[in-house]
Amino acid sequence: MGLNQFTAHELMGKLKSREILPRDILEDLFARLKEVEPRVKAYARFKPEGIPSPEQSLGLPITIKDNICTEGLKTECCSKILVNFRPPYDATVVAKLKAAGVSIFPFKANMDEFAFGSSTENSCFGTTRNPWDLEYVPGGSSGGSAAAVAGDEAVWALGSDTGGSIRQPASFCGVVGLKPTYGLVSRFGLVAFASSLDQIGPITKDVEDAAILTGIISGYDPNDSTSVNQQVPDYTGSLGKGAKGLKIGIPKEYFIEGLDAEVKDVIDEALNKLKFLGAVSKEVSLPHTQYAVPVYYIIATAEASSNLARFDGVQYGYRASSDELIEMYKKTRAEGFGEEAKRRIILGTFALSHGYYDAYYLRALKVRTLIKNDFDAVFRDFDCIITPTSPTPAFRIGEKTQDPLKMYLSDIYTISVNLAGIPAISIPCGFTKKGLPVGLQIMAKPFDEETIFRVAHAFEQNTEWHKIKPKL
Amino acid sequence: MRYQTVIGLEVHLQLSTKTKAFCSCAIDFGRPPNSGVCPVCLGLPGTLPVYNKEALNSAIKVALAFSCQIQEHTKFDRKNYFYPDLPKNYQISQFDLPLSRNGHLEIISEGELKRIGITRIHLEEDAGKLIHGSNSSLVDFNRTGVPLLEIVSEPDIFSPQEAFDYLTTLKNIIEYLDVSDCDMEKGSLRCDANISLRPEGSKELGVKTELKNMNSFKGVKDALTFEVIRQTELLESGQAISQETRLWDAGKGVTVAMRSKEGAKDYRYFPDPDLTVFVIEQEAVKRIKSGLPELPKEKMRRFIKEYGLSEYDAKILVNSRRDAEFAEECLRMYPGKDKKPVVNWLIGPLLSEANNRKLSLCGLKVDKQELINLVGFVEKQEISNLSAKLVLTQMIDTRKPAEEIIKENNMLQISDSTKLEAIILEVIRDNEKSVNSFKEGKTNALMFLVGQVMKRSAGKANPKVVGDLLKRRLTGA
Repeated sequence: MGLNQFTAHELMGKLKSREILPRDILEDLFARLKEVEPRVKAYARFKPEGIPSPEQSLGLPITIKDNICTEGLKTECCSKILVNFRPPYDATVVAKLKAAGVSIFPFKANMDEFAFGSSTENSCFGTTRNPWDLEYVPGGSSGGSAAAVAGDEAVWALGSDTGGSIRQPASFCGVVGLKPTYGLVSRFGLVAFASSLDQIGPITKDVEDAAILTGIISGYDPNDSTSVNQQVPDYTGSLGKGAKGLKIGIPKEYFIEGLDAEVKDVIDEALNKLKFLGAVSKEVSLPHTQYAVPVYYIIATAEASSNLARFDGVQYGYRASSDELIEMYKKTRAEGFGEEAKRRIILGTFALSHGYYDAYYLRALKVRTLIKNDFDAVFRDFDCIITPTSPTPAFRIGEKTQDPLKMYLSDIYTISVNLAGIPAISIPCGFTKKGLPVGLQIMAKPFDEETIFRVAHAFEQNTEWHKIKPKL
Repeated sequence: MRYQTVIGLEVHLQLSTKTKAFCSCAIDFGRPPNSGVCPVCLGLPGTLPVYNKEALNSAIKVALAFSCQIQEHTKFDRKNYFYPDLPKNYQISQFDLPLSRNGHLEIISEGELKRIGITRIHLEEDAGKLIHGSNSSLVDFNRTGVPLLEIVSEPDIFSPQEAFDYLTTLKNIIEYLDVSDCDMEKGSLRCDANISLRPEGSKELGVKTELKNMNSFKGVKDALTFEVIRQTELLESGQAISQETRLWDAGKGVTVAMRSKEGAKDYRYFPDPDLTVFVIEQEAVKRIKSGLPELPKEKMRRFIKEYGLSEYDAKILVNSRRDAEFAEECLRMYPGKDKKPVVNWLIGPLLSEANNRKLSLCGLKVDKQELINLVGFVEKQEISNLSAKLVLTQMIDTRKPAEEIIKENNMLQISDSTKLEAIILEVIRDNEKSVNSFKEGKTNALMFLVGQVMKRSAGKANPKVVGDLLKRRLTGA
């Protein structure tokens, strides 16, 4: 068994006992990439001839999504407009990983351009494939990170989640993905999509790895005004505590038309398992759920339209040649951005425009508060909320590219979590008959990642789903 | 028809904080282009702003000095527009919750006290500088992110002179607060003006033009004066004023319409999600308030009351905070009860020395005690006024004590009447004609005779004593 197949905590044990060296892990990872990466395409700029010598590896490697800045290492958000951008600094999470002895994998994970998408079909480097079935999407936007972890092309990975971009691909690829509480993990160095929603989080092979990685990357950062100054608990301490007595809320709004029957069966089975493990569940209501998608697409695109204004060809990245400034701006952005990026920039610009601001953006902010209030109310009586991560398993490549609205609905169960700022995880909880993974989403109140890890770990340790690997 | 001019001013003030508004770059304009920058102020992907508390405190100081209400909750907003000197293509500014509102500034214009309303004062970040070459333009981002304070006045200003006086008073206060260089030539203070005319007695505002590109207070006044005439001529010939931005051309002395932009500007303001709404603690405001320095108006009143200064003299002395402090120390050190002699020296010879050398009063670096000593010599009539002025010049040039200079140059006056009598007798003997003229009632002749005595004493005779002695001898009084 190659070292690339182990979890991070298993490899940490082997490194500690000097059974292996960091370069051994890297060697096995590179071998795996040579073998399967041409088919999976989990990485943004992978070329077999670009593989460096594994000698230089100093620690356990981690795969980083292409929108998280790594000093001197290309960070292009899988967009032509950021071509050849090498950040002169590390994102805070990257600096924290390095300080913890983790080494940055020299290839970065593929993603939807600027994290705009749910299928990793919007990358300027091409579509990433789902390791469980190469005809299917891996989900998105952190599809590269999830596919790499699922296909053992990575030990573990970082993704980013604005509306489900960690959880939905984790669900589609049968791995663990956590969107931490807004403010728990510094956003400094994450190329912003929607600043009030973005969070960096782990994509891992099991819950213990997710707990370890969350612990490493969390904590107050004076460089991020939205990061919260409070003590980070030892998340591995919440593992092994079981699910007994935990109160689980099942929101009825998540079990309606549009939920795939097979997915529903798998989720029901998982809920039964948790009951068997001693948890108690009850139906609850999150009455404003139906507004989450429209509210999200107003707030997220509005912020994105402003965040992406800086890609103008002046300082870095792609520049179209022109003798005239406005013309240069127009050509650069027309040629540099992909279709989905342009669609969202236009939507957001419209939502913020004079005369529309009150009707769209301001109203969306108010409804966002109502959505958050829904969660607050449920969490007064319940420890966590459990739902499917996505209404469907992975869909076929190309199936939804012509219908943006259909694509947007793929995130219907994950978006509310970002709007409310709460944490949520997706863990593998079964498969469809076709053999595509299904994810279970566990949400908790702000900064209560401990409960999430506790429930997730209890479920995982009493099931075998996370041990099943795709055949590549 | 007679028209009333209505002016509102928008002042942008660079705060002289140690670091930029949203990153930790040191502010230093002496550096080569693009060397005072970091990933944050360059707006590189992934970077985030963190607001500078020092800038916020400076802003609160200014707001308090202008009697503004400090808002309890404030936030930063993004003002979105594309321009190459703006690396993020949005400026962090404040839109609907500025940190302060509803203040005012009292000015004295053409002898009258006037209160000009301040609509709002808010904090924002400065943009970079474009340097245009023959076929390319370069950007220097050193200035990007420097904290800027925007001070918006109500349309309460009714003449170009009032605008000038408003700016002078404003600058004076800011200098007292020590939060900005206030140098218009260097761009640390910038002013845009909105001006419109309306029929006298009318309450409605006319169509305004916005004037930009003035780089001195005089330039503001001149541009406004030009605009008053231009708009009056248009209105009188029945033409409409078009709402537009006009640039002041100081060389030609005219305003020129700027190329109009397509449509109205839409900055798509929205709250900056990277900077959360924050509370300005009332305790902090109180602390800042109690730490505010005495402002020029109060200082002037106190000078008049404590030192018996005239309003005119006091006004000159409080023109700059450091000069006022220098002057006050001199006044305190002077032992006499009547401070007038010191005041006369400060705003007389000292001020003209300062003006000649393009320095401030305290910039002359005259030792205060030595200045008081010099005034003492004059008051005791030990040296003449004329000599004293020469002494002062030498004191500034050589930094020597007054007494040493007086002794070296043998400048002590002769006030001893027995020594003077001998010279006076000589002069009377040699100038019979003038003596006779005086006796015939031509008082001018006395001045001539005093002059002769001064000449024979090599300027050291005390002219007042000489005059008295001469008069007594010639009239036999």
